[in-house]
Amino acid sequence: MSSRRQMLDRIRRALDGGAGPGGASPAAAVSRAYAHEHGDRTPAETTDLLVETLEQYKAAVHRAAPGKVPHVVARLVAEAGSGRVVVPTGLPEHVLGLVGCEVEHERPGLTAGDLDTCGSVITSCALAIAETGTIVLDAGPGQGSRKLTLVPDHHICIVRAEQIVGSVPQALARLSPARPLTWISGPSASSDIELNRVEGVHGPRRLDVVVVDRG
Amino acid sequence: MTGTHLGMPAFPEAAREAVGNSTLRANLRHATRTIREKRALAVTELDDWAALREAGKQIKDHTLRHLDTYLLQLEEAVTAAGGTVHWAQDAAEANRIVTDLVRATGETEVVKVKSMATQEIGLNEHLAAEGITAYETDLAELIVQLADDRPSHILVPAIHRNRGEIRDIFRERMGDWGRPAPEGLSDIPAELAEAARLHLREKFLRAKVGVSGANFMVAETGTLVVVESEGNGRMCLTLPETLISVVGIEKVVPTWQDLEVFLQTLPRSSTAERMNPYTSMWTGTTDGDGPRDFHLVLLDNGRTAVLADEVGRQALRCIRCSACLNVCPVYERAGGHAYGSVYPGPIGAILTPQLRGTASEVDASLPYASTLCGACYDVCPVAIDIPEVLVHLREQVADQGGHRVEKAVLGAAAWAFDHPAVLATAQRAASLTRALHPSRLPGPGRAWTDSRDLPQLPDKPFRDWWKRHHEGKEDAQ
Repeated sequence: MSSRRQMLDRIRRALDGGAGPGGASPAAAVSRAYAHEHGDRTPAETTDLLVETLEQYKAAVHRAAPGKVPHVVARLVAEAGSGRVVVPTGLPEHVLGLVGCEVEHERPGLTAGDLDTCGSVITSCALAIAETGTIVLDAGPGQGSRKLTLVPDHHICIVRAEQIVGSVPQALARLSPARPLTWISGPSASSDIELNRVEGVHGPRRLDVVVVDRG
Repeated sequence: MTGTHLGMPAFPEAAREAVGNSTLRANLRHATRTIREKRALAVTELDDWAALREAGKQIKDHTLRHLDTYLLQLEEAVTAAGGTVHWAQDAAEANRIVTDLVRATGETEVVKVKSMATQEIGLNEHLAAEGITAYETDLAELIVQLADDRPSHILVPAIHRNRGEIRDIFRERMGDWGRPAPEGLSDIPAELAEAARLHLREKFLRAKVGVSGANFMVAETGTLVVVESEGNGRMCLTLPETLISVVGIEKVVPTWQDLEVFLQTLPRSSTAERMNPYTSMWTGTTDGDGPRDFHLVLLDNGRTAVLADEVGRQALRCIRCSACLNVCPVYERAGGHAYGSVYPGPIGAILTPQLRGTASEVDASLPYASTLCGACYDVCPVAIDIPEVLVHLREQVADQGGHRVEKAVLGAAAWAFDHPAVLATAQRAASLTRALHPSRLPGPGRAWTDSRDLPQLPDKPFRDWWKRHHEGKEDAQ
């Protein structure tokens, strides 16, 4: 008998014939009495909250009017001292208009080694979660493959105000599990030395978030 | 479970040694107190914590009651998304499957994300014996691996080490495993993290095979979730060409929506953060992004036996947050190694004896490694009533004759209570010989009096005193 068969048999024996009351429907078995969102906020307050929670986890946040994004991005690249930036396809070209160094577009065959010598990466995101200070990337337009935002030491992420949701439940409802997802809450960190948080291990050690106000 | 911990002394002996180690106690006291206060704050922020906790409990209970259904659904979804699902009844089978998968790639190295399941089955040791080197990439796991040490905490396996010890381990051992520690490395945590970054980066960049566990598997979508902080998880999950995830069967949840509960309770319970720095979610394989081959190894290794116990099965709700370790007065003093298992602390005391059985001395002693204070239950984000399971397991250990002397004494007592004349005679005899009683018990009872005084007997039994003072009075009324 296959291991699969044996494990399933053991589970059914352990449950004494299998299914408990109510059939296999989680909807009936689980009481979701928890909040859909914590607190009642206007969109502007939600944006303010995101800025606050991101900063608490040591991301640097820069608010910009839509027309000023290229200036902010160019300044952040210059401040990081990057000689080369890499960008995914689908990122609006005008965002990069003022960047002073070499700009490389992600292409098939770009290796992790190539990315390791690259200074900064600039992306957009799928959404951001205000309550937890989280940015979610789903490999959609302007976000690139997962390694793109992982190997370089500096990540500039552009979040439009209308992409901000309040809570984790609201975020999950908008995301597609069919896409590879990366949730980012502040720069890489570790709590492994005496249970104190230290920023900067394997992922980008510098995370700049550009929050674009509604136009 | 793994042979790593077999032959361990029973908890009391191991704990006695640990309690005598003042560095260890100071390291643990510092770390657990820090995190305890932070966790309390993070939880207070959510006014619906009780409802989230209850929902988490109900989701897990529901899943366990229909575990066969959800595993089949998961298998179908993972397969449809381009993954391959393997079923492993025990550690040996899981290790064999992983070894064969690595061999098929032609590689002799793998990079690993911290995973309790692969520790449980002793995967690294097995791979080493087969000529395959497994590099641990989590900072604390790296410390443990470099020091040839054993993990002592679920979340922070090197919690028993302070920054000075970590610096010494890096200086002395990093060179044996690859890039040596930078010259003049200090014990500043940021410098230690930088040393780990440099040491591991070359391994990530050349890695062809990654091995992970998972925090959650979603049955309806086939999605796996890994929650982490450092980015080593993202490296292992996305850079290699082949990804092998070894996951306990109890990690499945029914729906995508269910994640909204655990992604709120897990980070706050484990690292006291609103959200951990990185969470990766993947469903099978994606063209041009991440591994081309994905294998999921579903692990039983004793879990179906736990499921069969109606009281004990709640231990399978555990999401490995480690909050119960951080609040436990016994863990804080004894440390993780005394539990003789990769699962230390209160959750280990109920999980290990159920996964491994209570035949060995250490496993039979684990249900007693607790004061039953209940702090673990209070903080558990899936409301596992650990004291209830501990008492339940103590009954089992007692029934199997684990404590022979106790059993003999209680048997004799039961007989005496059934024979009042015998009891009265024995009590009088005991009172009359008071002067001859030792202050400590001889033979097997000595251990009990090592830390306790024998109770003093009164000069006459209560029944004699009652007879003298009350005889006839009730009749008079």
